[in-house]
Amino acid sequence: MSDMAAKPNLSPSVQEAQGGRGSSPVPATEHGDHLHHDDHEHHDQHWLWKYVFSQDHKTIAKQFLITGMIWAILGGTLSSLFRLQLGWPEGSMQWLTPFLGKWIQAGKLNPEFYLALVTMHGTIMVFFVLTAGLSGTFSNFLIPLQVGARDMASGFMNMLSYWFFFLSSIVMFSSLFIETGPASAGWTIYPPLSALPQSIPGSGAGMTLWLVSMALFIVSQLLGGVNYVTTVINMRTRGMSMSKLPLTIWAFFLTAILGILSFPVLFSAALLLIFDRSFGTSFFLSDIYIAGQALSNQGGSPVLFQHLFWFLGHPEVYIVIMPAMGMVSEVLATNARKPIFGYRAMIGSLIGISLLSFVVWAHHMFVTGMNPFLGSVFMFLTLIIAVPSGVKVFNWLATLWRGNIRFTAAMLFSIGFVSLFIAGGLTGIILGNATLDIQMHNTYFVVAHFHLVMGSSAFFGLFAGVYHWFPKMFGRMMDEKLGYIHFWLTFVGVYLVFMPMHYVGIAGFPRRYYAWTGFDAFSQFADLNKFISIAAILAFFGQFIFIFNFFYSIFRGRRATQNPWNSTTLEWTTPVNPGHGNWPGEIPAVYRWPYDYSKPGSEVDFIPQNVPYSKTQSSNLPYEQDMAE
Amino acid sequence: MTALTIVLVLVLLLVVFGLLFRLQILTSIFSGTFTRDIGMSNSVNAILMLVFMVFGGAWFAYSFVENFNKMNPPIASVHGHEMERMFWTTMAVIGVAFLITQALLFIYSYKYQYKEGRRAYFFAHNNKIEVIWTVIPAIVMAALIFAGWKAWTRITGPAPKESVVVEVMGKQFNWLVRYPGRDMKLGVVNYRMIDAVNEFGFDLSDNAALDDFTTNEIHVPKGVPVLIKIRSRDVLHAVYMPHFRVQMYAVPGMPTRFWFTPTMTTDEMRAKLGNPGFNYELACNQVCGGSHFAMKATVIVDEPDDYQNWYAAQESFAKKNPEVLAALKQKPAATVSQVAEPAEAKEAAPSPLAASY
Repeated sequence: MSDMAAKPNLSPSVQEAQGGRGSSPVPATEHGDHLHHDDHEHHDQHWLWKYVFSQDHKTIAKQFLITGMIWAILGGTLSSLFRLQLGWPEGSMQWLTPFLGKWIQAGKLNPEFYLALVTMHGTIMVFFVLTAGLSGTFSNFLIPLQVGARDMASGFMNMLSYWFFFLSSIVMFSSLFIETGPASAGWTIYPPLSALPQSIPGSGAGMTLWLVSMALFIVSQLLGGVNYVTTVINMRTRGMSMSKLPLTIWAFFLTAILGILSFPVLFSAALLLIFDRSFGTSFFLSDIYIAGQALSNQGGSPVLFQHLFWFLGHPEVYIVIMPAMGMVSEVLATNARKPIFGYRAMIGSLIGISLLSFVVWAHHMFVTGMNPFLGSVFMFLTLIIAVPSGVKVFNWLATLWRGNIRFTAAMLFSIGFVSLFIAGGLTGIILGNATLDIQMHNTYFVVAHFHLVMGSSAFFGLFAGVYHWFPKMFGRMMDEKLGYIHFWLTFVGVYLVFMPMHYVGIAGFPRRYYAWTGFDAFSQFADLNKFISIAAILAFFGQFIFIFNFFYSIFRGRRATQNPWNSTTLEWTTPVNPGHGNWPGEIPAVYRWPYDYSKPGSEVDFIPQNVPYSKTQSSNLPYEQDMAE
Repeated sequence: MTALTIVLVLVLLLVVFGLLFRLQILTSIFSGTFTRDIGMSNSVNAILMLVFMVFGGAWFAYSFVENFNKMNPPIASVHGHEMERMFWTTMAVIGVAFLITQALLFIYSYKYQYKEGRRAYFFAHNNKIEVIWTVIPAIVMAALIFAGWKAWTRITGPAPKESVVVEVMGKQFNWLVRYPGRDMKLGVVNYRMIDAVNEFGFDLSDNAALDDFTTNEIHVPKGVPVLIKIRSRDVLHAVYMPHFRVQMYAVPGMPTRFWFTPTMTTDEMRAKLGNPGFNYELACNQVCGGSHFAMKATVIVDEPDDYQNWYAAQESFAKKNPEVLAALKQKPAATVSQVAEPAEAKEAAPSPLAASY
């Protein structure tokens, strides 16, 4: 159905515009006014430069996506392992010995390795999948295509961005196989635990690799981020003012700014931690007696590290969720066949969220011994974020209202995104309240909250993006039926996993516990924990339907048409398989905003951005009519 | 070998799945059901949205009610009751928002599913509506912030003067507890003096430390404010006592504190719950290493009289471990502590325990 039989009778003008000026694909020899014809379109290009060390943003996007998918499978596998432990604390894991080797002792998972599992799961999912895999993929892919640029501002930096990420991945991956195990201090790597190998084996070489990997990752993020911002500011096509940008681009743009401003702070934290670990400084260490020895470090503060970490860490969750918000806005409008409701309010709320994201970090630290007055300030600022977030949700709902909804797989995941964002976002109102956080801090309530609001939601945004832009990426369609099955399995699965997790959290069960069995206060949920584990493992295996669909469709999927979703944005004016440079001819100019869906007076139910008002006399609003003349 | 077999089986399953899938597509193309229209599947998905809302909602309501009693740990502190009220009030507020927005999402999805010939309503913006749904949540949030701020200020404010003082020190992987002894002053501790015997790092050259005593369990009196002073001697830990709604990190190099007033003795709570094995528990709630999950202490709330008797019967650390004091006397100059709390250390005027409340 994806092709939307409602193949509208395109008016000639629209048809022409859809293909861009001089729509028929230009033969390779005829570069004409193609401004960007390095050696890219020559067919004798070596595969190494075409597919591996490519500077084409589309190829780099696919590299990010596929690397991210590999990481996601690994991250999900790790979570299945620790869910096995939590679901069946008494069960034998002997059968896993071939995979985990010495980490299984007498059929039991090693508790320190359990911590390594949760640490690596968090690190992988937050940084490698939902930052690099999500924003790396779609910022790269969509920014040039949607603003009307031949490529990123610097293709070379863009290539470096991926290869730094790749290096970072290799380093992190190799840390899984070292003798003392990977980093185990939690993804937040709070010192002194992360600083002292005496305290946990994972803080030895594993932690060193973690820090090196993260430093490389930050370099990758900064190279990418500077590129995204520059491209959006400087390389928009004629007529593409900031107020005509699709919401995707606004989201990627603000995300990149957040990354540029906050990742360097994590870099500094990592650097100081490296100094504490290796060169005897005391930035984060003081008054420590460990392993039979009093350390000489004095005057440092572990709380300082938390401030530095969360100064990145909090914007980071918006770095994860904002690209998803942007893509969901786009997909909802396209498939509801309606303009996104409150375009300017959507931009305003994105900007509001971005600004606020920098002044709320200490809500992760209400009970760390920080001055309680600071707690009041951060509670105030944190809870304010509910307002712009609420505006976004209401606008999405209003976009669906009186729409004409086509349930593509992307649309399903977008609706799922809104649902999960509501479910997870609302509990933030509890956790942002310092008083209530006294009880809820570091419990499964927090785990449930952020897995819904930034974990699952961002994944849903990622899926929506992949299903929606797959035809542009690979020139073929993904199978819709498998997409439906994938969606319903995942949607139901996510709720079954994370809703009950709130109950466990309200009862106070702490996160990062190898077992709840030691405490009477937390031991009443054995059945529920088993239930959560089963749901989680099933939902995880459901993802292989997606993996299969993805790779199958790359090679055998149905061939895509140029604009399969009847969408208005510029990427659909390129040929089905755009070459390097994106448009064979001139880059189309932009005349209108990206959401002219179902405009009264228009024959078709969408008018692409590159159709001038002079060609749509019948549907122009009065002020648009002025522009047409 | 097992690993290889399992991987091989998974790969084969994937291949079989792929072939079946291909077969299904080919047959559907030949039988002509492979349509590209918006048809059945669209309405099926629309109906599934409603089904999800109804059954998902019912399941959620059921499981919530089913688990409600389990998820509410009994409360045994004054501010705990206040927090509990605020928690469930906030839950009610967000519950309403949850129900309304989720219902609209699924109902709209169903109701406005694609219909041949219908056109979506071109409705791009309306500033009045935007203002309404900005201002109303802002007002609600303001109320929640105000309530939260007032409670937070009260809970984290200075402990009352008559508070009983207990000090807890986190280490991998258990809790050390000490009391100020008869003089009601906690003596100086110095992490450089820690060893296998002197786990707390008592500096016995400080007179105030001489009568300090350590225990395995934490005893606190009912109805009296209790100030818990918190230290860590190695990595971060967190003192988490879910029944008292108390949580505070233990930070090496930076003593922290939290005060609360217990409202029910351990015995009263045992009777109330009908569980003679019940104990208040103190859990570590900041990951601190392999045995983090087992880092536990028991808290016992006594009637004030029992507490005083228990307190009076304790023997000081110095008395229990004379060799530590003896070692100190041999080389006094080297061990006099340079660190921390001189004010508390200096004036060690003994005062009777009863005078504190």
